[in-house]
Amino acid sequence: MASIKNFPKEEYVLKGHAACPGCPITIALRTALKALGNDVTLIVPASCSAVVQSLVPKTSFNVPVLNIAFAASASAASGVAAALKRLGKKTIPVVWAGDGGSYDIGIQALSGALERREDFIYVCYNNQMYSNTGIQRSGATPYGAWTTTTWTGKKEMQKELAEIVMAHHIPYVATASIAYLDDLYEKMKKAKEMEGPRYIEIFSPCPPGWRFDMSKTVEIARLAVQTGSWVLYEAINGKIEFTSYSKMLLKGRERKPIEDWLRMQGRFRHLTEEDIKRIKEAIDEKWKYYMQIYNKD
Amino acid sequence: MKVIDTGNHIAALAAKMARPEVIAAYPITPQTTVVERLAQYVERGELDAEFIRVESEHSAMAACIGASATGVRTFTATASHGLLLMHEMIHWAALARLPIVMINVNRAIGPGWNIWSDMNDSMAQRDTGWIQFYVSSNQEIFDTVIQAYRIAEHEDVMLPVMVSYDGFILSHTSMAVDVPEQEKVDSFLHEFNSMWKLDSSHPITHGNIIMPDDYMEVRYSMKKAMDNAMKIIEEVDEEYGKKFGRSYGLVEEYKTEDADYVIVATSAIASEARVAIDVLREKGKKAGLARLRVHRPMPFSRFNYDKMIVIDRAVSLGLGNGGIIYNELKSRGDVYGFVAGLGGKDVNYKDIVKMYEMAEKGKEGWYGVEVD
Ligand SMILES: Cc1ncc(C[n+]2csc(CCOP(=O)(O)OP(=O)(O)O)c2C)c(N)n1
Ligand code: SF4
Repeated sequence: MASIKNFPKEEYVLKGHAACPGCPITIALRTALKALGNDVTLIVPASCSAVVQSLVPKTSFNVPVLNIAFAASASAASGVAAALKRLGKKTIPVVWAGDGGSYDIGIQALSGALERREDFIYVCYNNQMYSNTGIQRSGATPYGAWTTTTWTGKKEMQKELAEIVMAHHIPYVATASIAYLDDLYEKMKKAKEMEGPRYIEIFSPCPPGWRFDMSKTVEIARLAVQTGSWVLYEAINGKIEFTSYSKMLLKGRERKPIEDWLRMQGRFRHLTEEDIKRIKEAIDEKWKYYMQIYNKD
Repeated sequence: MKVIDTGNHIAALAAKMARPEVIAAYPITPQTTVVERLAQYVERGELDAEFIRVESEHSAMAACIGASATGVRTFTATASHGLLLMHEMIHWAALARLPIVMINVNRAIGPGWNIWSDMNDSMAQRDTGWIQFYVSSNQEIFDTVIQAYRIAEHEDVMLPVMVSYDGFILSHTSMAVDVPEQEKVDSFLHEFNSMWKLDSSHPITHGNIIMPDDYMEVRYSMKKAMDNAMKIIEEVDEEYGKKFGRSYGLVEEYKTEDADYVIVATSAIASEARVAIDVLREKGKKAGLARLRVHRPMPFSRFNYDKMIVIDRAVSLGLGNGGIIYNELKSRGDVYGFVAGLGGKDVNYKDIVKMYEMAEKGKEGWYGVEVD
């Protein structure tokens, strides 16, 4: 198992970037690029990640970056992959997209690219809303969360994009979190060594979007896993294995109360007892299912 | 070698002979047989390229952008709704200065569904920064696709090129075409050349946040490139003429020297107008034709006729009579405008003779609806 202490010293996310203090994107990308190295081409759709690079003519990402329209990342990556193949280069095309660009507007291009078995890595950093445009709901926004398009809390549950991706029968699907960087690093390393479409989704709490203090990003990400709200797993050729803390939960370790997690975030401040009950039930249901299906050995 | 084939198959053949490395396309009537033929070329090993069978036209252009930015020659083809779905990426390709070449088979826009010729699809892209050709024969489709790569990849241009022709009238009509030897095409087209490239040994970031002053500079550099294109198109066309024996110019003139009225049209209507000119001349009328082959950049300075009759197969509603080329040329003389042939409504030489005679009487408008 990798440990943060042993990560490569090379930095491909440079100083002077434009992310908010406490931003999960730079934590995630910094780690991902340490694992992948610099023989990559990043494809970045409209998102906070476009802003984080900072202004033309400068950049804070020390790898090639193709910024692309919001809906177009997986298809642009397909073109990059095809050209790299023609040129006989080993460079890996890596999409770096938010949940809006992945769950919503970019899902068609993503599904198309997965089905065509394009040779690329797709990373969705999931901050559960559109942060770039000022905190609007996305298909990944959880039930009850305040956003600027769900002022009284989102009325619907989020969808599970990783599961939709798995229905494409691709070689590698993994979920990760910015609180478990060793786990994230390992998964990136594994993905790097594979061929075909690979999908990794990284849970990424956003301080201004979720209404918490910028010092709490990692804590909130960790608690999401410990409460079972976010789950860490990987699926190699469709075979699912829980990893890291989520594996311990699967083995019977007690989940921390979800209220602890909800209470830390301003976006859930208005939740009623009933809302909380509903959220709790959904998590219990989910874990009951996991226990039945994945806790065989 | 003489080949008798449809406009679409000739377009596919020309694309193949230009040796693109990556093709990404999605089928739509009446472009479909371009894509089918290219897929066949690749599968049979007659064309050594990657063919990305994308799930939409938006993705087709995005894939071409990704491939072109990585440093290889690309090709795509579409029509009508496909072109409209691409619109966001069409702008993107031009702003990114990527020398992508695309065929657009002109077709009307729904509702209701109408698959016949109408230029509103490509005319609606005229502000995107693409160089836009309108061609009139299968031979010209072939020649223009080859020329398009030289123009797009010229260091003083570096803008994408769209070659449009009428759905069915050309796309599905067989004509004899002189197809040159592959070696001759190879010697005409140079190695792929681009302005910038994604390369992990020299990492750059393309397209991040840009402030107004820099953005304005980017747009101005495109404007200069478009200005340069006017000259480069002619140079390339001339060189092509020397090598292959055919050239066309920005505007193709027919009997304009002594003309009282010069008809201005594009594409298939311009071909019909040629016949109409002969009929009118037989009637003793001094009629001429200026076929607009290149719409962007617009060769304004070529239009120095006293009286013009512009026939448009596309409209910008709310702008005078709506005729797009008409509105663009209106300031260059005494200009009469007809909107005709929308949604594939037939326009033959007799109609054009009638329009001419109406213009002589000072009449203009929507032909076959308002005036006939
Ligand atoms: C076609 C299109 N529609 C809307 C937008 C505006 N827009 C830019 S980024 C964005 C949201 C991005 O959300 P997400 O993908 O979750 O990334 P984040 O901002 O959270 O990093 C939106 C709606 C756009 N750029 N393009
Ligand atoms: S809004 Fe959130 S995701 Fe966007 S830069 Fe700030 S902290 Fe990062």
